[in-house]
Amino acid sequence: MKSLLLPPHAKERRVIFQNAWTQGYTPDIECYEKHGGYAELKKALGMKPEEIIDEVKKANLRGRGGAGFPCGVKWGFIKRDDGKPHYLVCNGDESEPGTFKDRYILHDDPHQLIEGMAIAAYALNVHLAYIYIRCEFPKAAEIMTKALQEARAKGYLGKNILGSGFEIDMHVHQGAAAYICGEETSMIESLEGKRPYPRIKPPYFPAVLGLYMSPTIVNNVETLCHIKQILKIGSDEYSKMGTPGDGGTRVMCVSGDVVRPGPYEIPAGGVTLGELIFDVCGGLKPGRTLKAVIPGGSSAKLLRAGESFKTKVKNPNSPDGELIDKEVPLLDLVMDAATLAAAGTMIGSGGVMVMDDTRNMLWALNNLNQFYAHESCGQCTPCREGSLWMNKMTTRMLGGEGIPQDPATLKNVADNIAGRTVCAFGEACSWPVQSFLAKFPEEFAVRAK
Amino acid sequence: MEHHPVSSSGPRQADQIPADLLAKIDEAVTHYPVSKRSASLPLLHLWQNHFGFIDDSGVNWIAQRLELEPINILELVTFYPWFRQEAPGKAIIRICRTLSCAMAGSYELREKFCNAVGVDPSTDHHHGLPTSADGKYSIEFVECLASCGSAPVCLVNDDLHEDVTEADIPKILTQYAS
Repeated sequence: MKSLLLPPHAKERRVIFQNAWTQGYTPDIECYEKHGGYAELKKALGMKPEEIIDEVKKANLRGRGGAGFPCGVKWGFIKRDDGKPHYLVCNGDESEPGTFKDRYILHDDPHQLIEGMAIAAYALNVHLAYIYIRCEFPKAAEIMTKALQEARAKGYLGKNILGSGFEIDMHVHQGAAAYICGEETSMIESLEGKRPYPRIKPPYFPAVLGLYMSPTIVNNVETLCHIKQILKIGSDEYSKMGTPGDGGTRVMCVSGDVVRPGPYEIPAGGVTLGELIFDVCGGLKPGRTLKAVIPGGSSAKLLRAGESFKTKVKNPNSPDGELIDKEVPLLDLVMDAATLAAAGTMIGSGGVMVMDDTRNMLWALNNLNQFYAHESCGQCTPCREGSLWMNKMTTRMLGGEGIPQDPATLKNVADNIAGRTVCAFGEACSWPVQSFLAKFPEEFAVRAK
Repeated sequence: MEHHPVSSSGPRQADQIPADLLAKIDEAVTHYPVSKRSASLPLLHLWQNHFGFIDDSGVNWIAQRLELEPINILELVTFYPWFRQEAPGKAIIRICRTLSCAMAGSYELREKFCNAVGVDPSTDHHHGLPTSADGKYSIEFVECLASCGSAPVCLVNDDLHEDVTEADIPKILTQYAS
């Protein structure tokens, strides 16, 4: 894989990648131990599980997989002593277009993930965990499997880890190229060996009924690595790195029309979109201007260059933190969960896709429509049929066969998928269509002649 | 359990399982102490890695090994894009199709790969894997490979190739020629 040994940009703060992206760092356990590896697992085994969960809550760690659910709250749904078996599943099915961070953790620093998972397992009273890795990362599965063997041999995993009396083992489970398996209940069905159709909600959380109908926590790869880092520096310092309600660092993955695309680990809210594109990533290619940005993976709603957004900010002159309206231009949007939500989109999985003035928005939307049409699992009619219709329509429009009512029909189809499906894939495939149409109506109208 | 008759021609895969594959299968099943059915995907991977694809005898054998009906396995083979029921070329070249790679030229790249090995670029990969006449290369457009920062990318067998340009094609084809 591409070398990431460049020194960090001034806006970066490498926490997850503090070791992996340094010269000479290797994924074996000896190297990890030399860099303080498994010290936090030792620390955790001396703590009460409730204290660990409390630390994670106070750290304001949000899930890094896309939905951004507060990790500590999710963990809090598990009743440690309910007498049932509990399971932990690490979601390493990284498949959201525009997202490419977990691949570096899995390949470059597998033990950091294992340590995070072992700490989580102890806190949640889990004795069996699975690391679900998409099969398009075959080397990552090999590296993780070897790392698990090393950790078992050294007593970090197994029957009586580090003499604590606590038992935890984990295994790698490879997916088979289906995007839907990134949805946590689909992943559980996949792990159970069934067709991975997402489960009907309620129950809303696998923490109630998950793998083998037992309480289960599904966490993203990056999220689980943050667990170790929270115990290392403490929830106070960790949460201070981010914004209120969105603690720590986040690996932002920037791709598309920038000079230096790549993954950048940045404190949550530590850059504006403009700084990320024009400073951290070196700006656009010579002579180009910005046209549009997808800020949080392909499912996040599109933003248009030149737009501005009504958001609420704290009144600097008010002692009680009164909120006042403020108009924020696109490039001044702070890259954290709350700000992007206020702008009508989401930080999602941190996948920022940048498009310059050479890009045709109908072409770009059609590319995404094809993705969603291919990946719909087919369980729910609105999504199974609708994602195909939307793809067929934009393909036809792109081929010059559009008719005037196409944009309205497209919007109608999208509006009738979102909110009418078992899982969030319905929204994921509708939001691009809705937002591309709303933000660039002229490009779709011209095609529909 | 009753088994369905084998429909594919040629020797049945289930009649040629080597000892090391059996050992790997036994080991994989131990990872799922709660439910053997969970070993379905791992066994399908092991099977396909060894034989190159999964024939009816494989479906039946895996079902029997996990005490399932053959349909429980077949429905996975037909659902997941990774699994095949026909033999692929010796090297499988998977080119990423999705937005960041497309913006970086992956459509052109796929066409050039196809032309270089004599596969018709208009072939629809939903109807079998397009494979060169000499059986050396299969070429497939796949969805996001999660390496958008080094687009365009392709996965050739187990190796990721990043920032691929037209000039890299001959080198890549030679690397996987034998």
